[in-house]
Amino acid sequence: MDLQEYISSGVLELYVCGALSEEESREVSNELKQHPEIREEVEEIEAALSRLAVSVAPYNPQEVLAAINTKINNEERGQTIPAQRKTATVITYLGWAASLLLLVGLFFLFNKNNELREALRNQQARNAQMEQQIADARKSADKAEELLAIIRDRNTERVLLAGQDAAPDSYATVFWNAEQNQIFIDAQGLPEPPRGKVYQVWSLTMQPLQPTSIGLLDDFYQDENKVFQLENANQSEAFGITLEPEGGSETPSMDQLYVLGTVAATP
Amino acid sequence: MQQDGLIRELQNGNQRAFERIYELYSESTFGIIYSIVNDEKVAEELLQDVFMKIWNNASSYDSDKGRFFTWVLNIARNASIDKLRSKDFKNKRQNLQPENFVDILETRTNHAAATDAIGIRKFIEALEPICKKLIDLLFFKGYTQKETAEELKMPLGSVKTKNRACIKSLRKFVLE
Repeated sequence: MDLQEYISSGVLELYVCGALSEEESREVSNELKQHPEIREEVEEIEAALSRLAVSVAPYNPQEVLAAINTKINNEERGQTIPAQRKTATVITYLGWAASLLLLVGLFFLFNKNNELREALRNQQARNAQMEQQIADARKSADKAEELLAIIRDRNTERVLLAGQDAAPDSYATVFWNAEQNQIFIDAQGLPEPPRGKVYQVWSLTMQPLQPTSIGLLDDFYQDENKVFQLENANQSEAFGITLEPEGGSETPSMDQLYVLGTVAATP
Repeated sequence: MQQDGLIRELQNGNQRAFERIYELYSESTFGIIYSIVNDEKVAEELLQDVFMKIWNNASSYDSDKGRFFTWVLNIARNASIDKLRSKDFKNKRQNLQPENFVDILETRTNHAAATDAIGIRKFIEALEPICKKLIDLLFFKGYTQKETAEELKMPLGSVKTKNRACIKSLRKFVLE
C-alpha cells in the first residue's frame, strides 16, 4: 500500500471526524496500528481539530470538574443504595411471604374452627342422645325397681295366665297389689298383636261371670320389657287378655281370648 | 497524543486518570457542545453529562473502532443534538438561528485562555466558504461523509479530498 497516497486520500480526516462507516473506521484503526506514519498523521489532524474546538469554547471549563467529581462520588456512594434496596426487597418479599403464611394460617384456623364447631355440634347431639338414653334407662330402672318392689311386696299376688285356644303357646303373668289397686302385667309371652289390633286386659268375677275392662296394652311394639302397669280396683277372681280392635271393646271377644288365669283363693 | 495507558486506567475506574482525561479533552468537548447549543449554561450541563457518560461507559470504548478523541466527540455531539431537539430547549430558543463555529469565532472578542487565538483568527480569515461548511458539518455537527455529500451536493470523493485540504490549512495555522 502506498502510505502517502493513503494519507493524502483524506480518509484519515474523515476517520478523526467520525464520518466513516464502522467498517471503514475499523480498517483505518488497523492501518494506524501497523504504520507509525499514519498514526502520526492522525494525531496531527486530531490536534488541529482539537485546537479549533477549544477556540470555540467560551472559556476553559475546569471548574465544572468539581461538579462532575461530586456526581461521580454520589453515584459511587449511591451504589450502596441498590444493596440496601436489595435488602429492602428481601424484607419486602419476607413481608409478603409472612402475610401469605398468615393468610394461609388464618384460613387453616378458620377451617379448623369450623371443623371443631361441627365436631362440637355432633358431640352435643350425641350427648343429648346419651342423656336421653340415660333418662330412658333410669326410667326403665325406676320402673324395674318399682316392679321389683311390687313383686316383693307380700300383698302382691302373682297370677299366671295360661294360653287358651286362640293362642295355646302364649302366656302372661299378672302381679296384683290389691292394697295399692295396681297390677303389673308381664306380657313377654304374648305374640305381637297384628296391625290394627290391641290387647285388652279383663278382670273377671266367676259367679256370675262378669268381665270388667282394666285397660289396653298400648304401645306394645315400643315397650321393650313388655311390662305394663294398670289400675285395678276390682275384686278380681281371674284375669284374661283378649285381642280386640284398636281402641278396645265393651265386652271381650271370647274367641280371641289369648290367656286366662285365676287368682288363688283369697285367704 | 492519545495515551493508551491513561485510557486503560480510566477503563479500570481510576478517578485520577479520569481527571487527567478531563484536563485533556474537556475544553475541546466544551467547544463542540457550545457550537451546537450556543448557550453557556446549557453547554456546562451537557459537559457534565458527557463526562459522566465517559466515566460510566469508558469500558465500551474500543480502540479498534476509532480514536478516543472521536469517541468523546460522538458522545458530545449526540448529547448536544438530543438537547437541541428536546422540547424545552426548542421552546426556549425558538427565535435563535443555529450558529456555526465561524460565526462564534468571529463574534468572539477575547478568549484569553486560547493560546491559538491568533492562529485561529488567521485561519478563519483565510478560510474558504466550502471549508467552513465542510468542517462545520463533518467535525462540529457529526455528519457522515455521505450525508455531507448530499447536503452540499458534492460527490463523495470530493468531500473526502476537499475536507483534507481544509484541515491541512487549519494545521498550517495552528500547529506551525
